[in-house]
Amino acid sequence: MTTLSQTLASDALTSGRLPRFTVPVIAVASLLVGIAVASLFAGGNLALAAVLGFVLYLLAMETAARVVEGARQASDRRATTLVTGAFILALLPLGSVAWEAISKGIARFDLNYFTMSMRNIVGAGGGAVHAIYGTLYVTGLASLMSIPIGLLTAIYLSEYGRGNRLAKSITFFVDVMTGIPSIVAGLFAYALMGLLIGPGFKSGFSGSIALSVLMIPVVVRSSEEILRLVPNELREASYALGVPKWLTIVRIVVPTAISGLISGIILSIARVIGETAPLLIASGFTASLNNNPFDNPMMTLPVFVYDSYAHPGTDVQAYWDRAWTGALTLILIVMLLNLIGRLIARRFAPKIGR
Amino acid sequence: MSQKLTREPEAAPGKPEPTPSPARPDPKRPGETVFRGFALGAGIAILAILAAVATFLLIQGSPALLADPAALTAKGYGPFLEWVLPYVFGTVWAAVLALAMAVPVAIGIALFISHYAPRRLAQPLGYVIDLLAAVPSVVFGLWGSLMLAPAVRPLFTWLNANLGFIPLFSGQVSGTGRTIFTAAIVLATMVLPIITSLCREVFLQTPKLHEEAALALGATRWEMVKMSVFPFARPGIIAAVMLGLGRALGETMAVTMVLSGGRNITFQILTSENPNSIAAQIAQNFPEAFGLKTNQLIAAGLVLFLITLVVNMIARWIVARRAAYSGAN
Amino acid sequence: MRIKPIAAAALVTATALAFAGCAANEAPASGGSGSAGGAQTLTGVGSSAQKAAQEKWVADFQTANPNITVNYSPDGSGAGRSAFIAGAANFAGSDRAFKDDEMGAGKFAGCAADSNALNLPVYISPIAVVFNIDGVKELTLDPATLAGIFAGKITKWNDPAIAKTNPKASLPSAAITAVHRADDSGTTNNFTDTLNKTAPQIWTAAASDTFPADFGGEAATGTSGVIQAVSGGKNTIGYADESQAGDLGKASILVGGKALQPTAEAAAAILDHSQTVPGRDANDLAYALDRTSEGVYPAVLVSYAIVCQTYKDPAVGTLVKSYVGYMASAEGQQAAAQAAGAAPLSSGLQAKVKTALDSVK
Repeated sequence: MTTLSQTLASDALTSGRLPRFTVPVIAVASLLVGIAVASLFAGGNLALAAVLGFVLYLLAMETAARVVEGARQASDRRATTLVTGAFILALLPLGSVAWEAISKGIARFDLNYFTMSMRNIVGAGGGAVHAIYGTLYVTGLASLMSIPIGLLTAIYLSEYGRGNRLAKSITFFVDVMTGIPSIVAGLFAYALMGLLIGPGFKSGFSGSIALSVLMIPVVVRSSEEILRLVPNELREASYALGVPKWLTIVRIVVPTAISGLISGIILSIARVIGETAPLLIASGFTASLNNNPFDNPMMTLPVFVYDSYAHPGTDVQAYWDRAWTGALTLILIVMLLNLIGRLIARRFAPKIGR
Repeated sequence: MSQKLTREPEAAPGKPEPTPSPARPDPKRPGETVFRGFALGAGIAILAILAAVATFLLIQGSPALLADPAALTAKGYGPFLEWVLPYVFGTVWAAVLALAMAVPVAIGIALFISHYAPRRLAQPLGYVIDLLAAVPSVVFGLWGSLMLAPAVRPLFTWLNANLGFIPLFSGQVSGTGRTIFTAAIVLATMVLPIITSLCREVFLQTPKLHEEAALALGATRWEMVKMSVFPFARPGIIAAVMLGLGRALGETMAVTMVLSGGRNITFQILTSENPNSIAAQIAQNFPEAFGLKTNQLIAAGLVLFLITLVVNMIARWIVARRAAYSGAN
Repeated sequence: MRIKPIAAAALVTATALAFAGCAANEAPASGGSGSAGGAQTLTGVGSSAQKAAQEKWVADFQTANPNITVNYSPDGSGAGRSAFIAGAANFAGSDRAFKDDEMGAGKFAGCAADSNALNLPVYISPIAVVFNIDGVKELTLDPATLAGIFAGKITKWNDPAIAKTNPKASLPSAAITAVHRADDSGTTNNFTDTLNKTAPQIWTAAASDTFPADFGGEAATGTSGVIQAVSGGKNTIGYADESQAGDLGKASILVGGKALQPTAEAAAAILDHSQTVPGRDANDLAYALDRTSEGVYPAVLVSYAIVCQTYKDPAVGTLVKSYVGYMASAEGQQAAAQAAGAAPLSSGLQAKVKTALDSVK
């Protein structure tokens, strides 16, 4: 054995292991080298420094672990580094987007924004209360339609339809449905309402229909996958106690999977709440507050954001400020939903496993 | 090795075991019939909605498909197939690039949260990634075109100068950075939380006993993951990737705002002239479309529909081949 | 019974939402729901170029008539014309007039059976050629060079053709990134028409809403997208509505030896030099733009309000008359100039639009 490992091997359990301080030491060292190289050759480019640092760390750890701990441990450490690296990598765009939205959205994040609509307002001032309500109405109605349909379908697929032809075709067509371009969903809802009520009928509800078309497949797909993961032992134990199947599903299967189900549903809401194109077509556009989702155009936040960004008046900054604040509000709404979902999940989830 | 370690006696692939007898609808239990009816009804409702959408697409798109190609050419947008081909390519190409970047990272993140992060941190970290899903596509579009495109331009120039011999990086580098590569990065960021969330849930459901058995046999953490988590989670991972792919193929607003889309079929990913995606093409041109052009755009929507159909068929086939190991069941 | 607190919380939230459904700047009865007695709604769909002006017009009009809600949806000109044909819009905003074969009595669902449509110009805006070149503040281009740049034939900023008209500028030897609209738009139509009319030997493609794909270049969505690509990139050039150009440099176009900037006056002059489309009703003010007259800035967008000669519902006709009448009035045009940077209609044209509107029933 090498002298290094001998000196470190104070007792049998830690022999052949890198000491605990290795990781931070190598990490800091490689980052410093990365920064030094980057500032010497590339004018202190931070991104380059980070990439160099990461590669150096990977190489140094690999060498150290291979020498001291052997190949299996080395590949284990490599995997740990890469997995952690993936996580940090994902934080970059998140941080960047969040910073953009907050720093630019804070300018108009005031009381007016949440108490005023854009009726009779030109240029600076005004608010998005009409769009916020619109988004809540439209998304709420869409959820009201999609979640029951989606969840029940998922239950059918995972609990009843196991492998029969109808279930297979439903699964397949749900997949196909995920590929409907959002604008086509909008056109569909617009044409459908035109057929049912009259040409050019635009309302919040038309928008909800469009969003449902987009939302249902996401709910089904994620819920089905989660329901399938519920261990059969639980179902069988319930049947053995004489509980009917539907009660087993309602009381055992769904609560066991509730955390995953809710997380899927929240994701599906997040998926549609930011949709712009279908809402512009189906729900239309107005500067005034509309509290009736079943008649007349209804403004929604994404449409408001896109419109403020895309068609500003001469006072461009005022419009763009409103757009960014709208974006920030939208993000906050989804975050809030997420939080509520998680609380509900925690409340209902049985206390097993992780 | 890994397969043997974790596989339990299972029903043959594609032929799940019959459900135990208490599952049979019992005439004396109306609750059962009603509940089952609702579930079935919901499934059939979905088929009906999809049929309605498909009918709508067919009816509205057919004038363009049936029209005389000469008439379409005269109006300046050419025979349908010739017109739509670059966009088909662009749609698939952008989605493939995006998934190539997103899938490894997403699986890494999901693993980090489920098996690597300190237990106490795992949930908040999962929440942080879910936040990415909370960002509306309009914002991703703004971010991509305002922040990302200028930021990656030096990287593009460097790639072009040093790795330009690879066809992917050849050509005249875009002056604005709004290329299909940038669009793919934005798309990758957008599908990341979707893939991560589902993978994470699936990873977390790996039977504890499998994991502990692997560890007890002296496996390192990574070996345990390879032996017990991945085999268990494979169908779930594929499902997650398909969900991500659906999003990437159909994403409209972000691509519309970020990509400088044209009509050329090319594998160069750093130039100004990129193939546009179908969804972006529809969104961009629908507002001004009139008459036959509207029909043509809707027919393009039908094509996107068909692409998803084909992609899903392929994915189903892959899952079916590997299949039937759906973990707990 | 664990559900109770959550259900209660949901109920509280729902009721709070239902009762808080109001906006501080709206009178309770004047919301868009149309439930208040005597409230009327007028629907317009169309051009996004008109959006900023329409916003101002709607605000002024609603302030003067608090019982009326005007919804102008900037879906796009094509969508506007389709909606008008289907009777879904009371009036359409369109960056082009209906063509001869699209006109005809009885073709419009919202109009009376024997009624044709009327195209009325209400919004004129110059299209600026914007650029962002290192160290260059002013740029003058003749039409042939401009067409050459956007057709991809002139690829470097220090090309002799550009240097000839800009003797003082220090032009870099950098590649030109020419940015055009990715989406179909009236702006592209008017810009390509300008190139086609003023430099036909170089710009061989006819005017079209779609930028010709054969000419290459960089594409960006919407006016904002073009402005952003031009200002965010380097050595870029693009075209966009003048009011949105912001700090970007605006190129002058050489017309008959004179370098013209995209100003409101230069733009408004174009209608005085152009003729209406022949063979239509005297009140139909669809113009065939003449972009080659001396002293007229050629790249101009003229956007129309399209209305019925006779509405099926006379009440709607009255509403449209008063609203579009306000748009075309001296006051309305001034408001649009202020809020959207539009070029006001000349007083002669204002009078013509008024005469036409007086005939609307």
